[in-house]
Amino acid sequence: MKYYDKLIFELSREGRKGYELPANEFTSNSIDAIPANLLRQEPADLPEVSELDVVRHYTNLSNKNFGVDTGFYPLGSCTMKYNPKINEEVAALPQFGGLHPMQTEETVQGALEVYYNLQRALSEIAGLGEFTLNPYAGAHGELTGLMVMRSYHEQRGDTKRRKVIVPNSAHGTNPASAMVAGLEVVEVKSKPNGSIDVEDLKPLLNDEIAGIMMTNPNTLGMFETEILEIAKLVHEAGGLLYYDGANLNPLLGKARPGDMGFDIMHINLHKTFSTPHGGGGPGSGPVGVRKGLEHLLPNPRVTKDAEGVFHVETGADSLGSISAFFGNFGVMLRAYAYILTLGKENLKMVGPMATLNANYIKENLKDDYLLPIDGVCKHEFVFDGLKDKSTGVTTLNVAKRLLDYGFHAPTIYFPLLFHESMMIEPTETESIETLDEFIEVMHKVAKEARETPDDVKNAPLTTLVRKLDETTAAKHPILNYRTLKAQQA
Amino acid sequence: MSKVLENLRYADSHEWVLVEGDVATVGITDYAQHALGNIVYVDMPEAGDEVTAGEEFGAVESVKAASDLISPVSGEVLEVNEALEDAPELINEDAFANWIMKVKISDASEIENLLDAAAYAKVCEE
Repeated sequence: MKYYDKLIFELSREGRKGYELPANEFTSNSIDAIPANLLRQEPADLPEVSELDVVRHYTNLSNKNFGVDTGFYPLGSCTMKYNPKINEEVAALPQFGGLHPMQTEETVQGALEVYYNLQRALSEIAGLGEFTLNPYAGAHGELTGLMVMRSYHEQRGDTKRRKVIVPNSAHGTNPASAMVAGLEVVEVKSKPNGSIDVEDLKPLLNDEIAGIMMTNPNTLGMFETEILEIAKLVHEAGGLLYYDGANLNPLLGKARPGDMGFDIMHINLHKTFSTPHGGGGPGSGPVGVRKGLEHLLPNPRVTKDAEGVFHVETGADSLGSISAFFGNFGVMLRAYAYILTLGKENLKMVGPMATLNANYIKENLKDDYLLPIDGVCKHEFVFDGLKDKSTGVTTLNVAKRLLDYGFHAPTIYFPLLFHESMMIEPTETESIETLDEFIEVMHKVAKEARETPDDVKNAPLTTLVRKLDETTAAKHPILNYRTLKAQQA
Repeated sequence: MSKVLENLRYADSHEWVLVEGDVATVGITDYAQHALGNIVYVDMPEAGDEVTAGEEFGAVESVKAASDLISPVSGEVLEVNEALEDAPELINEDAFANWIMKVKISDASEIENLLDAAAYAKVCEE
């Protein structure tokens, strides 16, 4: 494959075009109707290219990308499952794509029905009372959920509850969201298996605690077996439980956060419900609350009356608006299509299959890779680098070498509980043949680390872009085209 | 194996302190620089700032992670190592030679709470 990094503007040649318009047969010129001060003085600087230029340009750029459609993508904590194409077909229907958010209720009943039904499906799956689908992505959902938590205490006049407990094994977004929501973060220690240390939690609970943020299974992929005890303690102290839905996939069909005692949660539709993500979006982070908190959810909301008619409502007790209109509607369409395509029975197989695949890889690789926490994991697990530490080959080296063999790297150096973390999440959509190929390559890399370590340390050797100088990239970043050209000149 | 120097005191958050009279020179340990990997930025206080033992006084960023710097002593910052502004990688080259700040110690008893070399070496092994 050839290296290609041009901008479409570099292909531009004056006068070249990919279309021809017929001669203007109308006598009036509509441009005359536009006031002179609003007319452009110079032509827009647009690329002038042929259709073939455009097709080759974007095809070449897309070939540089690696996605779930290209190969196995075991990026832990990201749930890179396959996104069925029927989702795209549904989202592309012109009856949805052509809608305008300012249309009146009676003209968009179908879209409102999708929003309402998806909200009900998520409530059933999560074991909670009601959902808002408005937040744009996971961290935005966390912020919204924490605003619900804060509003709940404030509306009761309990204004000194400003602290949120976050485990030291949490996703980095948890403490960040708490800070953005104007709350103070208190860290609770985790035990060696990543579970919350209940003894460390007890002294932290008092009348200043707004709540706790947890993910279950935790970031080491282990189920929090003491969740019912934790929920009881936090509720007795007057706090609420927030569930970070990033790790919801293994629970599908098996367990519900609402049943565990969680009061508020977000779901990453783009992860668990199979919509394309990576590269920053688009995501969707619906927030669910238990019964009794729904009046706090953000505006606008979709309701259904006794006649089956859908309405857009704004509540007076709501925490306000957190998005433009209803959030990322295109993502909701895909997620709803996914849920309906699988149906109730097949959706229940998602969690068990994701768990089986993760354990299959873990058990087959723990001879060569250091497994700090033994036992059955859920949808993902963490190795602490290679077992043989004498080779000098790091987790970063292994990750880069995997690229040479056509696999995306796992998540590395997270969670921070270990120095050489390698977090692997295969998801339920991979076949046993793909899992076996990955296992074989991981064994091969471990063997290379022992026998020809330089091949691993210098990896990747076969990719279009070779090993990156991360230090220089961080210290002297080239952030735009102009800087790049100035440096190349 | 990370280096630990005998003549220094240590915090379990991986900062070292050299005490000379009422001046404490503070840096991060060899173990810390090794765990962080290539350091790309050091966020330092300014001379004249007050720092408090056990509280954040800056941060180090590496290609792997960003970590808070926790001050082992309380007092006024006398000087920061300006060489680190342009060359943060000096800490990777020699974490003990390339200090981060010098503090005029306001409470000498805080030094007693810090670890000696043997105790710190044990922390690193865990």
